[in-house]
Amino acid sequence: MNDDSSNIDQPAGQSPSARPWLLGGLFAATLIGVLLITWILVTMVGHQQDAREPYARVAAVSEISTDPLPWGLNWPHQFDGWKATAGDEFHGGSSALPQSKLDADPWLKRLYAGYAFSIDYREARGHAYMLYDQGVTERITKKPQPGACLHCHASVSVLYRRIGMDAMGEEVTPETLAVDFNTPAVMRGFEELSRKPYQEVLALLQATPDGTPGENEPVFPSAPAGGFSGEYAGEPVADDSVAKGEAHPVTCIDCHDPKTMAVRVTRPGFLQGIAALAAGDAAVPHLPSIGQWRAGSRARPYDPNQLASRQEMRSFVCGQCHVEYYCGDKATLTFPWAKGLRADDEEAFWDDFRFADGSDFHDFKHGETGAPSYKAQHPEFELWSQGIHARAGVSCADCHMPYQRQGAMKLSDHRVTSPLEKINSACQTCHHVSESELRARVATIQSRTRALIQRAAAAMTEMLDTIREAQAAGASDDDLAAVFAHQRQATWRLDYISSENSKGFHADQEAARVLAESIDHSRQAQALALRWRAPDAPDTSVLFSRPVRGVTPEQPPRTAESETDE
Amino acid sequence: MSQQPLRHWIRRQLALLLAKPMVAALVIALGVLGGLGLATFVQGKGASYLVNDPRVCINCHIMQGSYDAWVHSSHAAVAACNDCHLPHDFLGKWLTKADNGLRHAVAFTTGWFHEPIQITPRNRRVTQGACLHCHGDFVAHAFPPGEANDDFMCVHCHRAVGHAER
Repeated sequence: MNDDSSNIDQPAGQSPSARPWLLGGLFAATLIGVLLITWILVTMVGHQQDAREPYARVAAVSEISTDPLPWGLNWPHQFDGWKATAGDEFHGGSSALPQSKLDADPWLKRLYAGYAFSIDYREARGHAYMLYDQGVTERITKKPQPGACLHCHASVSVLYRRIGMDAMGEEVTPETLAVDFNTPAVMRGFEELSRKPYQEVLALLQATPDGTPGENEPVFPSAPAGGFSGEYAGEPVADDSVAKGEAHPVTCIDCHDPKTMAVRVTRPGFLQGIAALAAGDAAVPHLPSIGQWRAGSRARPYDPNQLASRQEMRSFVCGQCHVEYYCGDKATLTFPWAKGLRADDEEAFWDDFRFADGSDFHDFKHGETGAPSYKAQHPEFELWSQGIHARAGVSCADCHMPYQRQGAMKLSDHRVTSPLEKINSACQTCHHVSESELRARVATIQSRTRALIQRAAAAMTEMLDTIREAQAAGASDDDLAAVFAHQRQATWRLDYISSENSKGFHADQEAARVLAESIDHSRQAQALALRWRAPDAPDTSVLFSRPVRGVTPEQPPRTAESETDE
Repeated sequence: MSQQPLRHWIRRQLALLLAKPMVAALVIALGVLGGLGLATFVQGKGASYLVNDPRVCINCHIMQGSYDAWVHSSHAAVAACNDCHLPHDFLGKWLTKADNGLRHAVAFTTGWFHEPIQITPRNRRVTQGACLHCHGDFVAHAFPPGEANDDFMCVHCHRAVGHAER
């Protein structure tokens, strides 16, 4: 193409002025080509580099590193995803709190009458807000609560270890705290703190080293001391409880081993609960490692960190908190799994459970009827366990933290949120149908569940009205013992599905089954309460029962006599 | 002695080039383009794409999952990537290779592609043809020749034969 170099004369048929343009155009095109190829080369080398070194440890992390900042230097993509659970930016302050569920569904106030959830109960926000929102909810600021609440709303394993080592007479320094996980000490600290007052445990948490001495600015702002009012349970916050350090919401160390980055569980409540589940005989086909442990010698309790598969761990880390539990000051925080994971199994567990003082278990006495009642708290792990996805080996992380690609790197999306936000990576990996079709399928399940919840709620409120009518007519608690049992079973089942955050999706048929039983118990309680007020029923045996018409009457049996007649 | 004419020639060429800076610039630019292009071709293991080795497909990290699943699949011993993803005639094979190579290069360089990756309608017809290439005699009654039917393909039911990524 380039014969100019060997020929000084102009080629025939070309004007003198056209050549610079032609040459200039060729030159520009070549430059663009060079830029394009350079870009391809740079991205290619970058991808090859990504594939070679998934991450570089530039900051040390140890068992004391509850502060996510050093982790974020090593694993920036995961750190960014975790921070993104705050949305575009962190929204604190009372005006930013999500909508009250009590306003949206007024029947919740009656369901939780006499319990702190009837004071303040809101839509959920992302992980980033867990500690802030707990600090400002009126459930905490208007009523004393136990330190057990922090088991799930803060990064507590270092605090538990510190208190546990202290109680066991071991030397506590930042160095000894950072050596290893020290399960016995963590368990001991958990037992020590579970029933202590919330504010006391929060102050201890803030005074616990977080691996970044001298750096006291949490990634997400702390809640104002004493909530928006500056008071806890009507008492002004003491001046000496000023934060001495940082308290963090759930961070990297709560699900990852700082040495190996392997997924692990750290929450004492879960470790005890899953060991009790394994030791029982409830069917858990979706957790094969428990089946293997049961077939073995059972010499040591089931330990998920030793025995669970990686895929099971991708659900267990979520099951550390997204579960039903008792969290109060009359017993250590308890996951009710010894009899199984279904709503009925957990209910049976609480039926047999006794408080530390030996009294019968109940979460609260219902404010309208006085019936001893159970509170179900967001049992996502348990409901998922009943569903088809769990049965097919799909973990929580597969949908809530689906794999994403950063160049050549494959990593879990740490912006934990609804899979509907990322249908392509969450659902379409297995379901090869369009996004709109998948959305419609989810909508079908959730709208059916919502309709059943509203129906169960209507039955529940009518039940309460009817029981109160019986009480106004003079019925005593003894008269209503059977009614109260039905009430407890009805409200437990309605609460179980309405407080679970998937609106039935985690196990749609199970959700419908539980709600159907709730409606049945509400109506049985209502009928019993009505019957208590009604006069004695008359005898119904005198009533005429109309037979089916047109049936051929039965022939009398033939006798020898009748045969000769013919 | 023999170097004399060569040196003369080179000096003459250089003089001619220097007399025309525009031409000189273009020649240099073309040299840079060629050099960079060659470097990119080498860095990207360009030549490896001209053979049949399935490991070539994991030059790009995104295919690792498919490759890992294929190794454990029922067809791993009898068919590699190209046996199912390329037509079995010379022209079709190389056209498909070029078409997919270009699309994959653009997608993986820019990052503009659907995740999880989805097969194109044309490539799905290629895999269907590959199924019939081996199993055609057995299923001839279900797939009369010359009647392409995109709604009825082997992989709709036999999804795990190549690489079920689960």
